[in-house]
Amino acid sequence: MKKIRTLQELEALRNSLLQQRDPTKPCVRVCLGTGCRARGSVDVVEAFKDEVKRQSLEFKVETKQTGCHGFCERGPVVVIGPKEIFYQRVKSRDAPEIVSKTLLNGEVVDRLLYVDPATGQKALYEYEVPFYKKQKRLVLANNGRIDPTNILDYIAIGGYQALAKALTTMSCKEIINTIEKSGLRGLGGGGFPTGRKWRICREAPGDIKFVIGNGDEGDPGAFSDRSLMEANPHSILEGMIIGAYAIGANQGYLYVRAEYPLALKHLQIAIDQAKEYGFLGNNIFNSGFDFDIKINRGGGAFVCGESSALIASIEGKIGEPRAKYIHTVKRGLWNKPTNLNNVKTWANVPLIINNGAEWYTKIGTEKSKGTGIFSLVGKVNNTGLVEIPMGTPLRHIICDIGGGILEAKKFKAVQTGGPSGGCIPEKLLDLPVDFEKLTEAGSMMGSGGMIVMDENTCMVDVARYFLYFLQDESCGKCVPCREGIKRMLEIVTDITAGQGKEEDLQLLQELAEMVKDFSLCALGGTAPNPVLSTLRYFRDEYEAHVRDKKCPAGICKNLIEYFILEDKCTGCGACLKLCPQQAIQGEPKKLHIIDSAKCIRCGTCLDACPFEAIIVE
Amino acid sequence: MVSLIIDGVKVQAEEGSTILEVARFYGIDIPTLCYHDELTPYGACRLCMVEVDDGRRIRLVASCLYPVKEGIKVRTHTERVVKGRKLILELLLARCPNSKTLQDLASKMGLEQVRFKMENEDCILCGLCVRMCAEQMGSGAIGFVGRGRKREVVTPFRMASEICRNCGACMYICPAVDLQCRGVKSPGELCNSCLVITPQCLEKYGQVMCTLESCGACVEKEKK
Amino acid sequence: MAESVPEYSKVDKIIESHSREESALIAILQEIENLYGYLPAWALRYVSERLIVPLIQVYGVASFYDAFHLTPRGKHLIRVCLGTACYLKGSARVLEAVERELGIKVGETTPDLKFSLQPVHCMGACALAPVMVVDERYFDKMTTTKVRSALKQVQGKNEEN
Repeated sequence: MKKIRTLQELEALRNSLLQQRDPTKPCVRVCLGTGCRARGSVDVVEAFKDEVKRQSLEFKVETKQTGCHGFCERGPVVVIGPKEIFYQRVKSRDAPEIVSKTLLNGEVVDRLLYVDPATGQKALYEYEVPFYKKQKRLVLANNGRIDPTNILDYIAIGGYQALAKALTTMSCKEIINTIEKSGLRGLGGGGFPTGRKWRICREAPGDIKFVIGNGDEGDPGAFSDRSLMEANPHSILEGMIIGAYAIGANQGYLYVRAEYPLALKHLQIAIDQAKEYGFLGNNIFNSGFDFDIKINRGGGAFVCGESSALIASIEGKIGEPRAKYIHTVKRGLWNKPTNLNNVKTWANVPLIINNGAEWYTKIGTEKSKGTGIFSLVGKVNNTGLVEIPMGTPLRHIICDIGGGILEAKKFKAVQTGGPSGGCIPEKLLDLPVDFEKLTEAGSMMGSGGMIVMDENTCMVDVARYFLYFLQDESCGKCVPCREGIKRMLEIVTDITAGQGKEEDLQLLQELAEMVKDFSLCALGGTAPNPVLSTLRYFRDEYEAHVRDKKCPAGICKNLIEYFILEDKCTGCGACLKLCPQQAIQGEPKKLHIIDSAKCIRCGTCLDACPFEAIIVE
Repeated sequence: MVSLIIDGVKVQAEEGSTILEVARFYGIDIPTLCYHDELTPYGACRLCMVEVDDGRRIRLVASCLYPVKEGIKVRTHTERVVKGRKLILELLLARCPNSKTLQDLASKMGLEQVRFKMENEDCILCGLCVRMCAEQMGSGAIGFVGRGRKREVVTPFRMASEICRNCGACMYICPAVDLQCRGVKSPGELCNSCLVITPQCLEKYGQVMCTLESCGACVEKEKK
Repeated sequence: MAESVPEYSKVDKIIESHSREESALIAILQEIENLYGYLPAWALRYVSERLIVPLIQVYGVASFYDAFHLTPRGKHLIRVCLGTACYLKGSARVLEAVERELGIKVGETTPDLKFSLQPVHCMGACALAPVMVVDERYFDKMTTTKVRSALKQVQGKNEEN
């Protein structure tokens, strides 16, 4: 395999690929992202391959495995090119029909089309599906189009052109200027101006420098990094190579959490292929620049998403953060200047180099340029990945793209930024999503997690949940985080158990403020946000728990009771059979009753009842 | 040399020194627990936090680690700082109520009550023993194990260490365990006895004896 | 629970493949964990010797990260996702149901070494919430009533092999 050394060679390769590939040839693209995979899309792909073989269509039809398309709620997702017909919830037994009808005859399999639950309208093409139509997909644009394990797909759509342009026509300073002008900010949570970071790293004294791609996405409910790493790994690599060239680093590391085996696999394949083609290794594009990337698998610690802890982990130590009075860009990995960016940030770089800084500044708001990528999850109809220009109102994301609240319940809050973020109430639904606005509201952008909560969510329990998570993940080094979070958790747990005291809320506020100011790293520093934001916007719920010993949302076990409704119960006995405490009594076909004293609120009867006869109060 | 202002006083410091070193040199008292001038600073107890204005922004930093910079304005006892220190101490006391060092610090800071459920640990996880063993004694027989609230200082596999030389340096340097306050009568109470009376040992021996072994004499005298 | 018999040559191979670098400590331990299902004490001591890294550092790393276990684990690894999206849809109740069914608490292993119940915060499959994963198999939209049959499915599958 001859390495690509010049812009011309790259273009020649791309042209020959485009010539070889018939754009009119029918193509079945099946999503094999983790979400669709878990719903059996591997079997779907096999079924297509079998059917194509059976009908001897191997030369007439292409079957492609892609990464995450992003509309996970409707998986397994299958898109039929060239028209881009969108099929959702596809099962393996649907494959023969799709091949015969759609691929061969251009007919549509109606029952697999997306139907908008609000309007009843059917969408035929992918770009018509409201979920996608209302997004602006730049970074995620190619997620469902290319086979992530085939570098030629990436090259065919223009991949590595930015790298060629940067290394053959731009100086390091020009590259950094471009990134600075574009206004790109870190998409891992910090929101630090990327170009400035690169500049400081470049100017830091020392011959040996490093770049790191942070793929440790530990925020529960966030999977945008996972999706990008699985579906378009080369976009991340390309960004890192360009950045390393500009900064003067010859070694890069990709830190990926162990819970993402597919991402790890695809990234390694991408690195190996990039090496084959000369995009990694020695003398890239004849520039004299050598660069290589190594993958480090996370060991399972949320705190390792923090840059200094991540660096300690790469060094083979425990993930203990350190004070960053001297920044990691000056003294990082093995005390050398190190530039760390989130994988989404790196993936933006080729786009900016190709299209120019000015193009990027036209998207987004004054201080937050470009697009934001969010994992929209929770009590929302359309769970999936959303990419929109910064500044888009929350309401648009949740109601229009997200399709509104599940089961038509009432919206209560949206939690952004993971455990470091806060809960935003209904009255702020028109808030434009950008770094500053989210921070002002008491939350933050974080890694792009967006968790929608409805009327059946207890905000005190949400605060407790995040405190429990953070206490578990705290490294334990500094007192405010280790002891402070522990005590905040104790207090909030007591409140949810109906043992809250009037002074608790004041103590909680005091602790929260101290932990925020005194913690060693951002884990502790942002840990109080869920508590502070829920106290700010949902204080009445806290007070109901403390003063009235009631949980308005019906969640906190000690404060609720389960009742069987007389007018709905048919006496089927399903609940009685499954109750682990034998707390339900009743004769067949007669009203059953729950003994509250024995009931442990496990929820089994709720799940078991086919008539929705059990309520929580 | 670098010029900076600490608590309104203009001082000079060598480049590369920390705020804590400079403050102590000038006799400005900043409390610490996990710091020892013969060991690498750790920045874990957060008692030494001070407010720094570097011209661009004001923030709290750990003075044992923050390197002095030209023109910074440092305030070591702002309301936010003092309040926070008290709360940190309160948290530590809730964990190790019998530590005389913590009790003394509490009295000094005017901490009057502990509002948390009392535990009965005797380690504040300051890491002094770990650093002492590794840096001064060259052994590294003990270390931090576990994460978060499960963090503790132990030997590998919690078994007798093959490289421990029984030098006792870890016990010597420990601020929490050694001196046990004998005056605490009920959990959550602050003793404060040795603040209000002259220790007997001072009269009898001409020096305070509890640095060698906690005798509780000050408390017994109070009882009388 | 019996400790595994020392197999120094196997561990040596792993260490050599990482050029005996200190920075490869986590990767080395991950491979040993893959091999034995946990990190035996003899393996940790050996790694400390060969990498020339203090034993306390190796032990510290082994105790810090969730991927590592110092005691043998069960044949089947059950993970009930407690990520925010799954939690809001009731995964905590599902976890409790599994605890009741197996008679162990999260983080523990059944006495017959058949099942280990592990906590996990987010598998990145939020559209399937609540998610339970047993070995490599995903169970989506879990409820308390589906627990027993899911466990049976996994066991049944294994008995066929």
